[in-house]
Amino acid sequence: MEAATNSTPVDYLPILLQMLVAVGFGVTTIIGTHLIGPKLRTENKLSSFESGIEVIGNARQPVSIKYFMVAILFVIFDVEVIFMYPWAVNFRSLGMEGLIEMFIFMGLLLLGFIYVIKKRALEWD
Amino acid sequence: MEAIFIIEKLVLIVVVFVLTLVIAMYSTLAERKVAGFMQDRKGPDRAGPFGILQPLADGGKFFFKEEIIPAGAHKGLFIAGPTIAIITACISSAVIPWGQSLQIGGRTVELQVADVNVGVLYIFGVIALGVYGIMLGGWASNNKFSLMGAIRAASQSISYEVAMGLSIIALLMVTQTLSLKEIVAQQEGFVNWNIWVQPLGFIIFMTCAFAECNRVPFDLPECETELVGGYHTEYSSMKLGLYMFSEYINMFVSSAVMSTLYFGGYNFPFMYDLGLSQNWITVIGVLVFFLKIFAFIFFFMWIRWTLPRFRYDQLMNLGWKILIPLAIANIVLTGVITLIKDTYW
Repeated sequence: MEAATNSTPVDYLPILLQMLVAVGFGVTTIIGTHLIGPKLRTENKLSSFESGIEVIGNARQPVSIKYFMVAILFVIFDVEVIFMYPWAVNFRSLGMEGLIEMFIFMGLLLLGFIYVIKKRALEWD
Repeated sequence: MEAIFIIEKLVLIVVVFVLTLVIAMYSTLAERKVAGFMQDRKGPDRAGPFGILQPLADGGKFFFKEEIIPAGAHKGLFIAGPTIAIITACISSAVIPWGQSLQIGGRTVELQVADVNVGVLYIFGVIALGVYGIMLGGWASNNKFSLMGAIRAASQSISYEVAMGLSIIALLMVTQTLSLKEIVAQQEGFVNWNIWVQPLGFIIFMTCAFAECNRVPFDLPECETELVGGYHTEYSSMKLGLYMFSEYINMFVSSAVMSTLYFGGYNFPFMYDLGLSQNWITVIGVLVFFLKIFAFIFFFMWIRWTLPRFRYDQLMNLGWKILIPLAIANIVLTGVITLIKDTYW
């Protein structure tokens, strides 16, 4: 436990190294495939795939509001989940008091969750 | 902070990186072999004995194919999509402890790239980034199928992330630390594995891992019967290859994370009772860890060739209305039981 709590910025250096290796690999592959492959471009080949028929309109049209709802709900719930991490790690030392407080917090979260479901925000029909 | 430390880490990073790539490559062959086995046929067997060279042939072919960027696509984002996908897939393995320490010439070499005290959070952060690769690629293609696939992928993976985060909280209440190294060290032997105290949490976590990897039965972002190829409909050549590759790397890493968190990582039964030296325990531990990972990868494939795909509303219902309440119930149960144990035993 001691060693882990005393984490210093140096511990993150290997992550940086691994990121460099990963970026190097990704970029090299992309450039490599660009250089090696044949390039015979025709107009039909470059048009978007639409099951063999003429492309109608632009693909970037408005999407269903349901996806936006899911995104907003995710932001709300994920932030609340983040609050639980520090509590979970210190859960034993906080004891019964901490547990009751967290249950009150989770109860409020659940109330919101039930409201969302009752409002049929997550129905897909 | 010495030069030897950096060299040591670089060697480890390169070894892990190459291993990841090789395992990802051979997962494609294994997948086709497993599929063949389950459908009572042979699977690929032409390139080399038992099709051993098939992944190399496939990889080579990816390089020599023409890469096409559709006329209507946003060029920069179209290229950025698969690059981000492969980068995020490759960096997520940085905090996984592959084994205990090795004694080489008086130096103790840790078989973990980075031992940070927020390991679990790091993995979650990187997993969350992974969705950008798919989202950008799908949107940049300017194709209706791609856009649908990308939006489905984004909304699916954020939905399951909530449940995944909640299922991990119950585990953290048991382990009391976020460092993956500590979590593995606590699960010494066999009876201390977290699966025995968190079976429900494991099932939730695994379901979410399947969804995050876009694997069957959660592969709606690329379901070929509705969306042609989903988010990678317009992709060709190695860019498609990178998407495929990152999917298999994600599968490998999530198998590693599942074994680390719930199945004791490199720990194996009776590890200290056999009278082995530290180096031997480490070597066997690494092998055992990879065995566990392969078992999970096989499980991924087994599921893929057994179950049909969900419908989209079923997928959302499972994520929001079943897994999230279950995960919260799991937290409550864990909390109450642990406190009662602490107080009365």
